Amino acid sequence: MDVSEMKNTVREFILAEFLPGESSANLKDDTPLRTSGVLDSMATLKLVSFVEDKFGIEVEAHEAGVENFDRISDIAALIASKKGA
Amino acid sequence: MSQQPVNSLVDYLEASAARFPGCPAVVGPDERELSYSELNSGADRVAAFLASRGVQPGDRVGLLLPKSVEAVTAVWGIMKARAAYVPIDWKSPAARARSILTDCDTRAVFADFSVLETAAGCEPARDTVIVLNAPAGAELPANAVRWEDAAGPSAHATATAPPSAAGRNRAELAYILYTSGSTGVPKGVMLSHANALSFVDWCSDEFQPHENDRFSNHAPFHFDLSVLDLYVPAKHGASVHLIDDETGKSPKHLAAFAERRKITIWYSTPSILHLLASLGNLRQGDYSSLRIVLFAGEVFPVKHLRELKNIWSWPVYYNLYGPTETNVCTFARIPDEIPEDRTEPYPIGWTCSHCRPIVLDAGQKPVAAGEEGMLYIAGESVFQGYWNRPEQQAAAFLTIEGERWYCTGDVVVEDPACGYIYVGRRDRMVKRRGFRIELDEIECGLYRHPRVREAAVVASTVGGEVKIAAYLSADGEPPGVLEMKMFCAKNLPSYMNPDMFVFLDALPRTSTNKVDYRGLAQRLEPAAAARTV
Repeated sequence: MDVSEMKNTVREFILAEFLPGESSANLKDDTPLRTSGVLDSMATLKLVSFVEDKFGIEVEAHEAGVENFDRISDIAALIASKKGA
Repeated sequence: MSQQPVNSLVDYLEASAARFPGCPAVVGPDERELSYSELNSGADRVAAFLASRGVQPGDRVGLLLPKSVEAVTAVWGIMKARAAYVPIDWKSPAARARSILTDCDTRAVFADFSVLETAAGCEPARDTVIVLNAPAGAELPANAVRWEDAAGPSAHATATAPPSAAGRNRAELAYILYTSGSTGVPKGVMLSHANALSFVDWCSDEFQPHENDRFSNHAPFHFDLSVLDLYVPAKHGASVHLIDDETGKSPKHLAAFAERRKITIWYSTPSILHLLASLGNLRQGDYSSLRIVLFAGEVFPVKHLRELKNIWSWPVYYNLYGPTETNVCTFARIPDEIPEDRTEPYPIGWTCSHCRPIVLDAGQKPVAAGEEGMLYIAGESVFQGYWNRPEQQAAAFLTIEGERWYCTGDVVVEDPACGYIYVGRRDRMVKRRGFRIELDEIECGLYRHPRVREAAVVASTVGGEVKIAAYLSADGEPPGVLEMKMFCAKNLPSYMNPDMFVFLDALPRTSTNKVDYRGLAQRLEPAAAARTV
């Protein structure tokens, strides 16, 4: 899976789970999610679990903060680095 | 325990400071620890400083602090000054925090540096602000003072003595807890020392804590679960271990915390316990210190409770029930074995010994066991009233032969075998992750959006989780879901942010032209269920 597919997988999950009804065009790679309050800590936890299961990676608790989980592009970069892609 | 009459929670702290001076009283999220003697003298400095700034018995003092040993010191110091503390979610939107500070007319505020503007920007700006975590060299407004200068170990002794212990009075307010208000403005629940003491003493009888116990404190201080965490250990010389926001929501960190701190008495909402059981890898740690698990604030789905008990099989589990207005008023001990085929949640149980119940029908006549009715509570733990809300206060009580009974708003059925069973509510209040939410408050928040014409908020429980949906109509082009989510994040606490935003041309109406909430709720159930499959 390349990075753009990773982004789309994460985007689809966020849209379905936390933003039902929003069009995928409006959820951009750099839309702030945590810092804007779109995802609170409970939602982030669900997202982290999804990412772990879907991509077969382990996200350490200290990696689940704003620096890696604020934007779809950051999340995809974390997944890619974990998978060595 | 001292034979002197107990007039204040502070009496318990001082007795423990005399009896267990070197024992740990509070351990912060950062592992910093205060002994009983250190906590007591720190609280004395806070009280002396507040008195020097004109804080009088009966005044209110705000608290906008992250979990820390300083926050606990401040709480005790405020009570030593015989003022009432008003804890506020330090991460809540600034406007909401300010409306609370203004509503209860605080004389001083303790604030983290990151929210200094929220605390210092109140009009009129006459509050003294005590600032925690101010970086060296940071400039502070004229009415602000650093924690270290106000209450740190090297703070200058002030000429003003704090109120003496002799004046303490059980009837004085200890704290005001703000809960969601149906008018869109949070309302302050006033609780006296007598209210808190009656609950703490009941906990002593029921749980038999001792000085070697280590209590977890998961709940924020603006949530009434914190009352048990802070004051039951203080009475018995035990320690309380503070969990900060981030650890509190990270199951792996939380599990590591419980193991490392060798927690003996755990207290949190079922949501958090479920997170621990499902994502905390609990089978890998050593939690053998744990002897009691208490949960409250919402219904614990039996499936989730069983999952937890299958891992932590040895502690004793209690379901505690009660609104902020009474704190815990009923309790049920969970049996050691939960049958595999049981699906209904455990009852809220029987009334605690310091409370008395009655269950009344709509005509305020007592109902028989087995029949649904509204639960009313009387006794020493029943709150004093709502700050500055005489009408809501009058509506909350029923007076029978001169005695005030608090109407919990909760519908229950008495089962003679196991106590009260919680049925639901007849109003628009829901609980999510233990937080009390008036759906009307969310609607008021939505109406602040310039393009929202109509707003109706409904909630439904799906798979044990409360889902909140906002149905809206717009003036002009409807805003997107993302925009609404961000807007709500700025205007409401995060637990009130709806899960779904649905724009309709107009809200459905009943034949009497009222918003058809029932129809909207029916619409939500299949939609929310489909999303969780």
